Amino acid sequence: MSTPISPLILLHPDDTVLVVRAAIRAGDALDIDGNPVIAAQDVTVGHKLARRSLAAGDKVLKYGAPIGSMTADVAMGGHVHMHNMKSDYIASHTRQVVGGGEGGH
Amino acid sequence: MGSDEMGTGEMRGFLRSDGRKGIRNVVVVAYLVECAHHVARRIVTLSDDMDVHLIGFPGCYPNTYAFDIMTKLCTHPNVGGVLLLSLGCESFNREALRQAVAASGRPVETLVIQQAGGTRATIEAGRDAVTRLKAIADQTPVVPMARHELVVGTICGGSDGTSGISANPAVGRCFDWLVEAGATCIFEETGELVGCERIMSDRAVTPELGAEIEACVQKAERYYTIMGFGSFAPGNAEGGLTTQEEKSMGAYSKSGSSPISGLIKPGDIPPSGGLYLMDVVPDGEPRFGFPNISDNAEIVELIASGSHVILFTTGRGSVVGSAISPVIKVCANPETYARLSDDMDVNAGRILEGKATLDEVGAEILTRVEAAASGERTVSEALGHQEFILTYKSFEPVGPACLPTRGRAA
Repeated sequence: MSTPISPLILLHPDDTVLVVRAAIRAGDALDIDGNPVIAAQDVTVGHKLARRSLAAGDKVLKYGAPIGSMTADVAMGGHVHMHNMKSDYIASHTRQVVGGGEGGH
Repeated sequence: MGSDEMGTGEMRGFLRSDGRKGIRNVVVVAYLVECAHHVARRIVTLSDDMDVHLIGFPGCYPNTYAFDIMTKLCTHPNVGGVLLLSLGCESFNREALRQAVAASGRPVETLVIQQAGGTRATIEAGRDAVTRLKAIADQTPVVPMARHELVVGTICGGSDGTSGISANPAVGRCFDWLVEAGATCIFEETGELVGCERIMSDRAVTPELGAEIEACVQKAERYYTIMGFGSFAPGNAEGGLTTQEEKSMGAYSKSGSSPISGLIKPGDIPPSGGLYLMDVVPDGEPRFGFPNISDNAEIVELIASGSHVILFTTGRGSVVGSAISPVIKVCANPETYARLSDDMDVNAGRILEGKATLDEVGAEILTRVEAAASGERTVSEALGHQEFILTYKSFEPVGPACLPTRGRAA
């Protein structure tokens, strides 16, 4: 713990996102795996930032597991949330619970 | 932290006749119906001994699950002697339970209040019985215990937004090291794992086990929906959670990243080391209400499946412990820790304050497990917490696909 404390947590080595541990302000200088990144916006605790640049369709890995897919591109250090990612679970699951293929939304 | 680092090497176990080792040598006083609860409690209170614990089943109607769980608890490796407290007319099969305990090599006595002269006389007789049982339990051989012999369960209670990024993944690190060393780790709460059943099934050691895991999460979702708690709303954006699977992964992260070796039901003893998922949701149509009415009902089931110690993660701040097996409390939220530090064993909130890494807190949890297994009291244990709940349920036995390592075990 000799380096300055990062406001970001890596939960699993395979992850493509980092979790915000302490609130980040736009303009803050971040270190992501040794790369200097300037925060583009305010992000509150518990939210996710891209660990590397991600493209639409890429799986998002957190806890080493896929938690959804990107719906838009994001640069390293960019906020990852509802505006640019979606669940891979809900669509197929809704059909299953409703019990048919139709109208399960 | 390598799995070969054996910590202090001071873990020791009470050797039972079935070869299992306990980290405690508790005499349990077990009431077999609520009508015997007061008498049993007085016996425990008057014993004034940290290792005399009260357990019991309140129901008067028979229930196979309750009988099985009581049998597993009374023959748990942490238990060295048993006093059964019966009113006399309840349906609980006290003779079958007594025989099961006796067959396990443990001292057991039964007091029937209707035959023993009522409240006062039974309390008096019970105190003498506890003294005799303790004297026999004290003769149990104490032997060294290794990390691979540990059975550790985990649950979360009073969760908040911090649980999934501090305490839960830190427990997951501890579980990974324990499983690597050959220990047995058990996680549960299938109702909170909706969305990551596919992720879990991918970690199953066989595809057939994976299918069983997916089916058990679907069963949990149906059951909770009927109970009126099917509110698995997609896109819980609060606190930065984007998807259902992400939210469930927060709870699932307690399990770490080891392969899943099996699916068990409450009271099933895992046949080998490894990571196990416990299916706590009853089979068939809902009959007796909520699967587990509070955290301690889950803890009792983890103990019935052999857990020596329970890792309990909490964000908002639970204070409970348990009868029979010590509970280690891992506090996820630094503000909660500041308020309730006297009730917590580990401050995982340091991860959020940037004062410790997940690996460091995971290692501290492992140290606390091994300290508990060397006889050190956990915080809730030292405070005298011995909560216990057992209610009605019904289960079908697990199918053969659920335990691929059975038969391979020593």
